[in-house]
Amino acid sequence: MSYSTQELMIVAAAREIADGDVVFVGMRLPIVAYGVARLTHAPNAVGLFECGIVRYAPAGAVLYTMGDPPNQMGAAWATGLIQVMGQLQRGRVDAGFIGGAEIDRFGNINTSYIGDIAKPRVKLPGSGGAADIAAMAKRLIAIMNHQKRRFVEKVDYVTSPGFLDGGEARSKAGLGGGPAAVITDRCILRPHGPRKELHLASVHPGHNVDEVRGHTGWDLKPLPGLAETAPPSRAELAALHAIDKEGVWR
Amino acid sequence: MKDKLLPLDRAISENLGPGDAVVLGACLEPDIPFAATYEIIRQGIGGLNVIAPISDASTDMLIGAGCVAEVTGAWVGNVSGGLGHNYRRALEDGEPGPVIVHDHSNFSLAMALLAGAHGMPYVPLRSILGSDIARSNPAFRRAENPFSEAREPVVLVPPLQPDLAVLPVQRADRHGNAHHWGSAGLIQESALAAEKVILLADEIVDAEVIASDPSRVLIPGYLVAAVCHLPGGAHPSPMTGRWRRDNQFFEDYHRVSRTRDGFLDWLREWVLEVPDHAAYQKKLSQRLDDLRITGTAPAAITSYAVA
Repeated sequence: MSYSTQELMIVAAAREIADGDVVFVGMRLPIVAYGVARLTHAPNAVGLFECGIVRYAPAGAVLYTMGDPPNQMGAAWATGLIQVMGQLQRGRVDAGFIGGAEIDRFGNINTSYIGDIAKPRVKLPGSGGAADIAAMAKRLIAIMNHQKRRFVEKVDYVTSPGFLDGGEARSKAGLGGGPAAVITDRCILRPHGPRKELHLASVHPGHNVDEVRGHTGWDLKPLPGLAETAPPSRAELAALHAIDKEGVWR
Repeated sequence: MKDKLLPLDRAISENLGPGDAVVLGACLEPDIPFAATYEIIRQGIGGLNVIAPISDASTDMLIGAGCVAEVTGAWVGNVSGGLGHNYRRALEDGEPGPVIVHDHSNFSLAMALLAGAHGMPYVPLRSILGSDIARSNPAFRRAENPFSEAREPVVLVPPLQPDLAVLPVQRADRHGNAHHWGSAGLIQESALAAEKVILLADEIVDAEVIASDPSRVLIPGYLVAAVCHLPGGAHPSPMTGRWRRDNQFFEDYHRVSRTRDGFLDWLREWVLEVPDHAAYQKKLSQRLDDLRITGTAPAAITSYAVA
């Protein structure tokens, strides 16, 4: 069965959601991943949206923003931001998805400033809820396009904390949780070892280790037992196609 | 009760001045009072501190129009396009003028408005620990939780009490009692934290309609300075049960605002040469009608009977 790179990323993201998880979903690719997880292995997952929405089943129509009318109708809860984001601080959120412009070897993510803060080369939009999700979800899953300018040795600005300088730095800063996976268009990275540095965990079909390392701004090491990312199963693709009726992600 | 119904131009001119701190929408992507954004630009009110978790392209428009000195927020851009071109030009090149950014996350801004709403001196926060937000915004303080035996760092967030909050609601009476439904973001915290509140009501209803369902009241009228009757006043942002989002409008804005000249052309066409909201509605015409939600999906009857 054929599938697009984006469909493989969606399925890989869906696999990061366990049954019963409370998940900060976000927009675009992760919202489809949440739907796939619900229709396959995680029928009891719960989806949270920082504008103040909790949903069981994903919305029945394509969303441009999380506050669009289809996300409101049939919600499990339409409430305030604090009622939803407060669950992060309360320790009730199992997983959260975010994107970013830059990520470094310890999974720190920048969505704020490229270059000097006082005179940035590029002013990015900022955190939104990403810093909160990265700080307080039990597992953070980042989804990014894999380019050398985005996968850097050290980010210019830590909007959303990963393992900071590595090792125990994150727990010393008072944070639990941390990055669990980085899903890219080439591979999946996971933290490994005492330094909690991102390692290459699996390479997507059609890609290879040298290519991935060539597009990474640090000396990316493979995990022991490095494998190929499992392609979408028949059931996963069927679920994805049931959600993505318009074929936006094909 | 006092009749608080006012035309938008008077509501803004009587309640907002140069240098004020203002919340323009607090629900993140829905319910952004773009009609007020445009009116502020037409009145040329400058030096504003715009406070918003995420007010989609509204903040970017105000920056490009030269109304903004400071941004206190978690995110400034265009949800459809990503980056905000005016925000970039202001921060990267100082065009049309410099803008000071007070960085927040959504949750730290929420706690600042919560503190402002309830008169708390500060709120301790576990978020933004480890984030450079706690460093680039000098308003935050680091502390240890005094109740914890083990070392437990927290960030202290000071309160925000904006001068004005402009908030769209589905319906209100002439006295400012208002119903709002759907996700609420920080609308209630903003309303309670602000010195003054202007409501943009999609519909003006009799007082009995609001009084029939007090649990749906967002803000009682005594906290409201003015009510403006502006159907579609949140366009191009969505409003639950009333309006769909005009995605094309955001995409067009993103495309043309890529250059300063493109933005200025846009500003003339959609703001400066449009005298008021009625003219804006007329200009949108069929396009606005097509965004109107005409179906009904009513909630179950909610009774407050006493016997």
